[in-house]
Amino acid sequence: MRKLVLILSLLSLLPFNAIAETAEEKGTAIAKEAERRNTGWENSKAKMVMTLISKSGDKSVRQIRVRSLEVENDGDKSLTIFDEPKDVEGTAFLSFSHATVPDEQWLYLPALKRVKRISSSNKSGPFMGSEFAFEDLSSFEVDKYTYKYLRDDKLGEHEVYVVESYPTYEHSGYTRLINYIDKKEYRIMKIEFYDRKNALLKVLENTDYKKFLDQFWRATTMTMDNVQKGKKTVLNWSDYEFKTGVDESDFSRNALKRIR
Amino acid sequence: MSKTKTVKFAEWIIRWRWIVLILSVLSVAGMMTGFSKFDFKSDYRIFFSKENPELLAFEEMQDTYSKADNVMFVISPKDGKVFSKETLSTIKWLTEEAWQTPRSTRVDSITNYQYTYAEGDDMIVEDLVLDPENLSQADLERIGNIAVSEPQLINRLISENKQVTAVNVTIEMPDDPQTKEEKEAVIIIANFVRDLAAQVEERNPNLDVRLTGMIMMNVSFPEATLGDLQTLVPIMALAVIPLFMWFMVRSVSGVITSVILNGFSIIGAWGIFFMFGGYMSGPAMSTPIVILTMGVADAVHILVTFTQRMRQGDSKSEAMIESLRINMAPVFLTSLTTVIGFLSMNASDVPPLHDFGNIVAIGVALAFVYSVTFLPALIMVLPVKVSAKEPKAYHWMDHFGDWVIAKRKVLLPVVAITSIGVILFIPNNQLNDEFVKYFSKEVPFRADTDYTSDNLTGIYNIFVDVKTGESNGISDPEFLKDIENFSNEAKTWPEVIHVETITNIMKRLNKNMHGDDPDWYKLPDQKDLAAQYLLLYEMSLPQGLDLTNQINLDKSSTRVGLTLHNLSSNELLVLEDKVYDWFKENAPQYDIGAASSNMMFAHIGERNIKSSLSGTMIALILISVILMFALRSFKLGVLSLIPNLLPAALAFGIWGMFVANVGMGLSVVVGMTLGIVVDDTVHFLSKYLRARREKGLSPEDAVRYAFQTVGMALTVTTIVLVAGFYIMTLSDFTMNSEMGMMTAMTIAIALIVDFLLLPPLLIKLEENENAETRSDSKLAESTTV
Repeated sequence: MRKLVLILSLLSLLPFNAIAETAEEKGTAIAKEAERRNTGWENSKAKMVMTLISKSGDKSVRQIRVRSLEVENDGDKSLTIFDEPKDVEGTAFLSFSHATVPDEQWLYLPALKRVKRISSSNKSGPFMGSEFAFEDLSSFEVDKYTYKYLRDDKLGEHEVYVVESYPTYEHSGYTRLINYIDKKEYRIMKIEFYDRKNALLKVLENTDYKKFLDQFWRATTMTMDNVQKGKKTVLNWSDYEFKTGVDESDFSRNALKRIR
Repeated sequence: MSKTKTVKFAEWIIRWRWIVLILSVLSVAGMMTGFSKFDFKSDYRIFFSKENPELLAFEEMQDTYSKADNVMFVISPKDGKVFSKETLSTIKWLTEEAWQTPRSTRVDSITNYQYTYAEGDDMIVEDLVLDPENLSQADLERIGNIAVSEPQLINRLISENKQVTAVNVTIEMPDDPQTKEEKEAVIIIANFVRDLAAQVEERNPNLDVRLTGMIMMNVSFPEATLGDLQTLVPIMALAVIPLFMWFMVRSVSGVITSVILNGFSIIGAWGIFFMFGGYMSGPAMSTPIVILTMGVADAVHILVTFTQRMRQGDSKSEAMIESLRINMAPVFLTSLTTVIGFLSMNASDVPPLHDFGNIVAIGVALAFVYSVTFLPALIMVLPVKVSAKEPKAYHWMDHFGDWVIAKRKVLLPVVAITSIGVILFIPNNQLNDEFVKYFSKEVPFRADTDYTSDNLTGIYNIFVDVKTGESNGISDPEFLKDIENFSNEAKTWPEVIHVETITNIMKRLNKNMHGDDPDWYKLPDQKDLAAQYLLLYEMSLPQGLDLTNQINLDKSSTRVGLTLHNLSSNELLVLEDKVYDWFKENAPQYDIGAASSNMMFAHIGERNIKSSLSGTMIALILISVILMFALRSFKLGVLSLIPNLLPAALAFGIWGMFVANVGMGLSVVVGMTLGIVVDDTVHFLSKYLRARREKGLSPEDAVRYAFQTVGMALTVTTIVLVAGFYIMTLSDFTMNSEMGMMTAMTIAIALIVDFLLLPPLLIKLEENENAETRSDSKLAESTTV
């Protein structure tokens, strides 16, 4: 039965069916399929090295660990622990992301030994001074955007769908994104971000994809180019672990202080 | 050029006049093709060479932090209340809309200011004005008080009296504009914000909106000078020049010919300039007036002789051949010296001044070529009627010459002493390049900017980059303490209106983190705490309002921004020293850099004067050598230095008495005028020498002869030149208007010196020589010319 559903849903993406489909429906279908394929990983852990590159080529490196918890029908929960630079070591950031309302955020400051809730509707600001905005790093949810299929294209050796998406969140920093999703695995290969005045702001390229649990693809290199400012940020992910046996209670305000 | 050659040349021109005319038109058409490469730059950075140290420092700072190009909407409610529902609603609307400005990367206003406060263990970060429609009177009051007590806003985006506010849009301009869209970015942006400003006033008629900032300045360069092109050039070409030509030659054909001739020279000069990749800029825009002015002199000399000969009964072609024979050499010589003078502007440190000099040099060279080819050819095909009577004015000069000779014993000391008196005022001149003052008060940018500095904030600034040299060094409590001390000290300086510093944010966050307890409004005393505050704060800011304008990538440096009152270059340089001195004395361990666009202008004056002076020296030497050869006299070549240099010295003396501000446009006047004033000297001395050598007249009679033959021509060409450069003073671009004023003055003075000082000097020199001759007969023989 399950197999049948899968075949049917895949069939719905085939071209002969697309004739009756609007571009919006096709775009949404592609997004749903991408989300469907990335469902069921439960929770994960990974290390990330973030390299900031200035216009003149100066570099600066930060290191963090990210733990994520899959939440059905809502944004995921994530816990970020800062390791480098040394001054922020042990700082932990808990976030419950939501599609259309402000995220819930808490920060544990070890120097103050306090957990602070941050109330802010901003998701568009830079993450740790990088070219990645908060909203670029939070989990992908179908509801965060509306979609429009643009065309089929080729990106390097990959056949891709080109799908435009429009943020539903009022305070998003973007008017639209152009996503390049490979047809075979539904991985996002590239995203072009257009700012509030609809000018190209940034280009994200996801490379070095690796498959985990024989099912879930994760890009281990993410390169964000700010074409307006000439700055760049590269994320290198490593030590991915899935289904590590953590639960809701590990993603709570109280858990923040205990984090090492 | 030998006479026979010149005569042959003249005969050839007259014989093949139609071919000459066709070739002339074709050559102009050929040069016109250069216009297809028409290019312009509206960016203040063009005033600086690529190697300019202040420009490099500023660009490096902009690469490290973020760009400082901006547009500022300055908003003044007519009812004097910024904190009313209606005004705040409009400002919020404008803040949103301003994000649509092309190339904008950041919009700051009192409504989107990221206000942070504490509620228990919650830290709230939100727009200072979220929902203006639903604010109570008490809310408005509260928000107003928060705004004026926030160091980041007061005197920057809100005035102390809460009557004027601003929305500042930061713009990322292309580094190396290639496409049409990039090249016209400034104009596109200016059109957008002007339209937006008009929309604001329409939505809320209670508001007055003014526009200032670097983008508005950039767009004002071409706009202010385009006005010159549309009004001043036609006045010159269609009124002044024809009038004087008529006065001189009394011939319609002559007037028409010289106007066309000048048109050819201008079009040709610009065409060639564009062909070689030149671009339009403020100073280059005024070249047509200068070329017109210079070109007319050639035509005057040739046409005056021509009409004189015809009056004396020569046929048209005889008159023209004779005119070319007599005038070819002097016209060539004066054109050559003028070209050298203008080319000397290439030594300047200001690229648009090179362009100015080069365009005029090409134009003057072309004017010479067309004066000896196209002009005679066209005159030959046009009907020429010459009134039998010579203009009466020609005889005024005879009496004037007699008077000068009679009074020479008085004139010499009077002129000499007056000159010394005036020259003593030269040191009064102070180098000053204030870019706001490059525009007359008629230019909206200038008026709006003056209003802004009177009522809200300055548009001059200095950015101080303080480098710790180590990653995350800015969180060090010691460092923060030093930055705070500096910021506090800077705030007490009378030149400073506002200080933007990271320590304000640090103190505010520390207070927020301690439940908004005012006692905690102080710097965090632990390095890790400060670093964690920054992390927290950075994570809660929206796009475009980040800290990259104050903190570099690896958090090893911070930039403190000082907003200043309108300062002269000197005051700014003094302030720069004050900044360096403070750090040398109080925090010598940091590497300090200070830069800003107006600092670039403050330094350019001195740098440019030095480089321009070397250019002037080269021009002076070249021109003096040419004179010695042309006059075939070393002695007179040396003597000519006095009438050639004295006019500029006197002009700067008078400037020192009445104006005293010398901007970069004036630094090139000496070299530029040298080539022009030398013409008067050449004409006067050559006539004097001809009288002495060929006619064997006494010095007194030779002076009289010089007055009779060239006195009137020199007077009239000087009037044309002075009128031409005087018209430049009507320009809204003060760089051009001051240059015009100074040049007009120098040329006028040159004529006075040539008439009142040179003749007495010549006679005096010969008297001394005669005295020596009596005692030493050998020398007398060798000096006989």
